[in-house]
Amino acid sequence: MNMDRRKFLKAAGLTTLVGLGGKGVFELLKPGTVEAEMAHEGHEEGGQEKGSGPKVRWAMLIDIMALNQEKIEKIVHTCHHLHNVPNWGDPKNEIKWIWEDEYEHVFPDSYNEYNHILAGLPFLLMCNHCDNPPCVRVCPVQATFKRPDGIVAQDYHRCIGCRFCMAACPYGSRSFNWLDPRVSLRKEIAQGRKLNKRFPTRMRGVVEKCNFCVERLAEGKDPGCVEAAPDVMFYGNLADPNSNVRKILKERVSLRRKLELGTKPSVFYLI
Amino acid sequence: MIEKALKGSSVYWGWIIFLLCIIGAGMMAYLYQLKVGLGITGMSRDISWGVYIAQFTYFVGVAAGGVMVVIPKYLHHYSKYAKIVVFGEFLAIAAVVMCLLFIIVDIGQPMRMMNVLLHPTPHSMLFYDMIVLNGYLLLNIICGYNTLLADKKGVPCPGWVKPFIYISIPWAISIHTVTAFLYAGLPGRHFWLTAIMAPRFLASAFAAGPALLIMILLFVRRVTKFDPGDEALQTIAKTVCYAMIANLFFMGCEFFTAFYSQIPGHMHTLEYLFAGLDGYGNLVPFMRAAIVIGLFGVFLLLVPPIRRNPKWLAVACAAVFVATWIDKGVGLVIGGFIPNPFETITEYHPTLPEITIATAIWAVGGLIVTVLYKVAISVREEQARA
Repeated sequence: MNMDRRKFLKAAGLTTLVGLGGKGVFELLKPGTVEAEMAHEGHEEGGQEKGSGPKVRWAMLIDIMALNQEKIEKIVHTCHHLHNVPNWGDPKNEIKWIWEDEYEHVFPDSYNEYNHILAGLPFLLMCNHCDNPPCVRVCPVQATFKRPDGIVAQDYHRCIGCRFCMAACPYGSRSFNWLDPRVSLRKEIAQGRKLNKRFPTRMRGVVEKCNFCVERLAEGKDPGCVEAAPDVMFYGNLADPNSNVRKILKERVSLRRKLELGTKPSVFYLI
Repeated sequence: MIEKALKGSSVYWGWIIFLLCIIGAGMMAYLYQLKVGLGITGMSRDISWGVYIAQFTYFVGVAAGGVMVVIPKYLHHYSKYAKIVVFGEFLAIAAVVMCLLFIIVDIGQPMRMMNVLLHPTPHSMLFYDMIVLNGYLLLNIICGYNTLLADKKGVPCPGWVKPFIYISIPWAISIHTVTAFLYAGLPGRHFWLTAIMAPRFLASAFAAGPALLIMILLFVRRVTKFDPGDEALQTIAKTVCYAMIANLFFMGCEFFTAFYSQIPGHMHTLEYLFAGLDGYGNLVPFMRAAIVIGLFGVFLLLVPPIRRNPKWLAVACAAVFVATWIDKGVGLVIGGFIPNPFETITEYHPTLPEITIATAIWAVGGLIVTVLYKVAISVREEQARA
């Protein structure tokens, strides 16, 4: 009798566990799958690479030869406006999704001090949407996760704010809301900033970063940075050998950040 | 048994009230942090973990250190530890509670904490950290309480407790190994990316935990009728000595690999911590002092006549405790973020509310140790009378 009860409880517990896990996975994968499918049908045509790899892996190409200060400002402003990124005005509380830095800091491990061409060029930094993302590996609640289309997404409603992902990201791509971002936004609105009502603001205590404009891709629109500077930013399906980005990568010299770490970044710098 | 903590001298109650005041101040500061956000701390985009996580890391070590009295007692039947093993376990309880509190105050959305259980994620080291820390707390409560209760009744410890005691031994190793793995598996943080992180953590833990235990027991011997025994204290002191030597040796290994290979990324943090880098060097005096104080502590422990003098023994243990605290409770975590992924430097300045909260958690640890030790000492004093 006793044993039966125990067995039953054990089985019930296991089922619940599987049920919970199953639901979690379903919830996580479903939106991505849908969008990946849509992106596959809507944006890209042509052949697939053979094998069991993903059908879609979004990549961003940044033509740094075509970048200038004016375009940088437009790109950064567009992105931060679209995603209601607050501007705290001090580096301690700073939130940034896309920003400018110089060669020496972008490639600190492969910095060549005699390369005056690269040293003079502006670079735009953003989340690399790694194919092997350390942030996803360390997150204890799967608040950051890789979607089937390669985009590394962040769930602001699940994030517990432990900042393990910030320690794990080798690219410094992640920002934490040390203070309530709405406080800053309210102040900025009073000074004339416009809020994008189509994208949620965040609360304090959660991590955020570039989301590759998943919300725009879902509507069939280009990412904000691409729309702001279509001659600088190119995006496309890296998994498709006939895609626009693969064609460009065949013809141009490209750099990726900290390849030696095995993270496989999806952001390419064209030179 | 726990009612014994309610009968004490006015000094005892004064101390308890003092700790409660510090805890109260910390709770006020924490309410402020809850309302405004972690922006009230000195942490930033570049230094995304600070005092809280550094203290957490250090006290995991203190907790694991308790096993250094459990192993000789239960695996080698070293009878001199029979009376003090419970003090090691009670110290571990206090230290683990401090660790859990340091995690809670560090996370940005503490009300979502249960997400860790709701969405179990076996590829995250924090998932295992949650399991091993809570498990270790439970094990020490079971083992500590039941062995003391048996002593009080003058009967042998019940047989069912034994398996828990044996499990607690590898479990103690696991808590600090997993904590080291939080750091040692991150690409791009050169200072942390070292295979001897876990061994070094364990070495410093087995120095720091027992050193603190000796200091408290020396104090207990002065103010109560309970005598832990000279031989027991001397044996723990030897453990502290060996462990500290191993810790300093591992630290030397880190220096060798970094500076003989001359790989810039591997040298930068050590340069920042011990010599200053690009004009930044807030921690240099502390880190240098840690080496000197650590070596001094080892010297005192190595010379038998000095070690046998209780006053010098206390000084030696304090030296080891302070040296390991600076090394692991300050330099290790902060240093990992300097330089940042862009090879630039942002320094870290903890704020007053942040320090108030951290101090309050120390006070919680002090309160737990006080209450549990009061109970254990009362039992021991009764035994002595009987």
